[in-house]
Amino acid sequence: MENLELILPEIFISLSIMFLLILGVFKKNSALLIYNLTTVTLIILLALLLNLYQVSELSIFNNSYKIDKLATFMKLLTIGSGIFVMLTSSKYIELTKINKMEYPILILSAILGMMVMISSNDLIVFYMGLELQSLALYVLASFNRENLLSTESGLKYFVLSALSSGLLLYGCSLIYGFTETTNFNEILQNSKSGQYGLTFGIVFVLVGLAFKISAVPFHMWAPDVYQGSPTSVTTFFAILPKIAALSVFIRFLYVPFAEMNDQWQMIIVFLSIASMIFGAVAAIGQKNLKRLVAYSSIGHMGYALAGLASGTNQGIQGSISYMAIYLVMNLAFFSCLFMLRRNNEYYENIEDLSGLSKNHPVLSFSLLIILFSLAGIPPLAGFFAKFYVFMAVIEQQMYFLAIIGLLATVVAAFYYLRIIKIIYFDKEKEKFETNHHFGLKITLAISTIFILAYFVYPSWLNQIVSKINII
Amino acid sequence: MNFPILSSLILLPSIGALFIFFSKSSNEKYQSSKYIALFISIANFLLSLYLWSVFDKSATEFQYVENREWLSGYVNYKVGVDGISILFILLTTFITPICIISVNATIKHRLKDFLVAILIMETLMIGVFCSLDLVIFYLFFEAGLIPMFLIIGIWGGERRVYSAFKFFLYTLLGSVLMLIAIISIYWITGTTDVEKLYEIGIGEQYQNLLWLAFFSSFAVKTPMWPVHTWLPDAHVEAPTAGSVLLAAILLKMAGYGFIRFSVGLFPVASEYFTPLVFALSLVAIVYTSLVALMQEDMKKLIAYSSVAHMGFVTLGIFTMTQQGIEGSIFQMISHGLVSAALFLCVGVVYERMHTRLISKYGGLVNIMPRYAIVFMVFTLGALGLPGTSGFIGEFLILMGAFKKNFLVATIASLGVILGAAYMLWLYKRIIFGEIINSEVRNMIDLKKFEIVILFLLVAPIIFFGFYPEPLINSVETSVSSLLELYNLNINNSLALK
Repeated sequence: MENLELILPEIFISLSIMFLLILGVFKKNSALLIYNLTTVTLIILLALLLNLYQVSELSIFNNSYKIDKLATFMKLLTIGSGIFVMLTSSKYIELTKINKMEYPILILSAILGMMVMISSNDLIVFYMGLELQSLALYVLASFNRENLLSTESGLKYFVLSALSSGLLLYGCSLIYGFTETTNFNEILQNSKSGQYGLTFGIVFVLVGLAFKISAVPFHMWAPDVYQGSPTSVTTFFAILPKIAALSVFIRFLYVPFAEMNDQWQMIIVFLSIASMIFGAVAAIGQKNLKRLVAYSSIGHMGYALAGLASGTNQGIQGSISYMAIYLVMNLAFFSCLFMLRRNNEYYENIEDLSGLSKNHPVLSFSLLIILFSLAGIPPLAGFFAKFYVFMAVIEQQMYFLAIIGLLATVVAAFYYLRIIKIIYFDKEKEKFETNHHFGLKITLAISTIFILAYFVYPSWLNQIVSKINII
Repeated sequence: MNFPILSSLILLPSIGALFIFFSKSSNEKYQSSKYIALFISIANFLLSLYLWSVFDKSATEFQYVENREWLSGYVNYKVGVDGISILFILLTTFITPICIISVNATIKHRLKDFLVAILIMETLMIGVFCSLDLVIFYLFFEAGLIPMFLIIGIWGGERRVYSAFKFFLYTLLGSVLMLIAIISIYWITGTTDVEKLYEIGIGEQYQNLLWLAFFSSFAVKTPMWPVHTWLPDAHVEAPTAGSVLLAAILLKMAGYGFIRFSVGLFPVASEYFTPLVFALSLVAIVYTSLVALMQEDMKKLIAYSSVAHMGFVTLGIFTMTQQGIEGSIFQMISHGLVSAALFLCVGVVYERMHTRLISKYGGLVNIMPRYAIVFMVFTLGALGLPGTSGFIGEFLILMGAFKKNFLVATIASLGVILGAAYMLWLYKRIIFGEIINSEVRNMIDLKKFEIVILFLLVAPIIFFGFYPEPLINSVETSVSSLLELYNLNINNSLALK
């Protein structure tokens, strides 16, 4: 029974989901209450997880569920950003009339799915978590059901995601067929070299995973879904599923198939290079900010994958740091998007930012910091993210990957600069409203200060991340 | 010496910028912000003067070194000065207050933001000149792009967007390769600490590629032919204070980088690539001088002359002689003062006539006699007349070049003549002749604050022209120890072969 302590967070979140559902059914007009209770739930979860942080490595449920430093840190990131997503979007869902009681509950279910994914040490457990997460996300994407784009994006995401889940399952079955087990550690023991079936299995699973983090060439859904979904859901999309999928990437590649890394390394390098280049080039022509974020996040995933491609602990740690910094930058960027409100309507085109700096100096200064950071210009946090990743890549002497990656940052810098140009150099338009929700302001303030002041003491993240040793 | 004087130099302008950013000024003209900025920058200048006076000029090692853990396990925050860097710090702290005074006339809107940008720029530039760790250096070097991009883009002229983008992307493209080289150095040697790297040296087999990666960054920033095209655009569109910063200090970061890193860290590769640098420098000197002759825009002409002058600098550095390198440093300081002054002079007439076309002027000597005099001094300084600081630099560089290669030196001397040609012709067309344009008659002579800043620049140009000893004296030891290290490495590598 003492093992249950380890999955207390999961138990707690499941119970809260059920309780909130019942509450929502029996109490009329309880949307706001449930929304707030969800935020409280997430905060309690954060506390429970912090409590688990001293656990260095333990497996439960017949070795299929793992609580280690990687799992706990990634869960902390997930839930931490979950809280901030809730804080930023409360006003938005009210104004776009999607403040139904199901909304926060779906978010909680998605987070539960992610927690299971992050901890999974078994193909079946992993798939369960993935589907729980995906099902919740399909509904969330089409939550604004009166909006054509939103329903379209939900449907699109569902169809494509189901396809990728199918491929992923096929890969799992191949792996099972060749190793007679679904457990990651046992796969490692049972796999023999020269089994091509196994390689096919890896490829199919990687395709499924690459779809989840929208790496090129499995990125087609991202721009449409990002643009169509309600902005609050896009924020969620841009951050949380990627953390979960990346930790599965790490565990899947480095536990069962660590010794086959010559087989999968090329695939990851390709995914990484293709994403970096495509993310940089395709974003140049975009007019819609949410769509632009979709392309930029494709590019950013390329950098995170570059760390994984190196095949070392250093690389894994680099990728994790990258994700941590990336999520703060995205959170900050979406907070700014939520502030572009005039007469209860939200604006999301790049042109709407025109001359923002004249009327809203503080908001535009934050955007300036965020955009330069996304472009990876020192001394902002985004530079360090890239620095850690390329440290690992160059250690393995993968100069080709490093040079392509850094050249892609120059291309990417162009479209970030374009937004800055519109904010700072162009003529101003009408003012936006300035009475924002407290949670939104505090999120933007915290994340901007984080980005701006990261360089003062950059080792703290390193110290945390360096404890995560997978190999 | 426990007081962290270098960190204070770096931080002080930033603190001032922070203060100005958060202060609310009811006054539309932001007088108080301007006084704060001026006060901070002058305080910084005095602090750096103090540093120069207590600095031990006979010591070979770095002084006032501060070494703190920063990115634990990888990089330390390490700053320190030697005879070379201290001059550039002085130049930076001297030019910044002048820029701040000059905004009086040139910046019409968002003055507060402009002052913040200039002060942040000062922090970053000082940081570049005293960092003793490659990563810290890269951080400061690159971060300068952000304020400069905004300075050109917000307060610039008509084609400011194009120029700002060109400036940013060109420089970034050059620099990312340097980042790869820096990380590679870390994995090859286990450190990015410059002092340690001087000691242990970098394996010869790596040097050529690493040198090229650094070169790609510095060549863009210097700028060397053929990657100089961003400079005329950036200069023409930037506001006066921006051009001054750009010409006087930003370009020197690359020259400084050549001395400190290319020559210091990769001696064998530097020797190997010397012909390349010579060739590019000579093209820069001769070709851009010819281009400068043909310009119709005053700022563009001065911008091209900057490229030519920086060609002398790179030429001097890679002669690898005591005279050549000292001359290059002297030339950089002198060009910092002269080009700053020339851009300010252009700013003065631009502010009155709102045109930079040379053909619109002529006969200014009748209307603005005082302006004619100071402009004369700067023109002569730019063409290197004996008695101005420009002469000393060019003379020493040519001396070094003659030691190394007669042909190279001869061609470079041709550049001196061309320099005289375009500068004097510019002067003639603007100051002398008939007054063709009737608007010229309405121009007023120098205002008080303009006299102050221009005379502040006249003084060192003439002083160092007659008495270069203080500058030469302060770099002498550092340069000779750098060359000692260089020759030692070259001899070792020859002995191995």
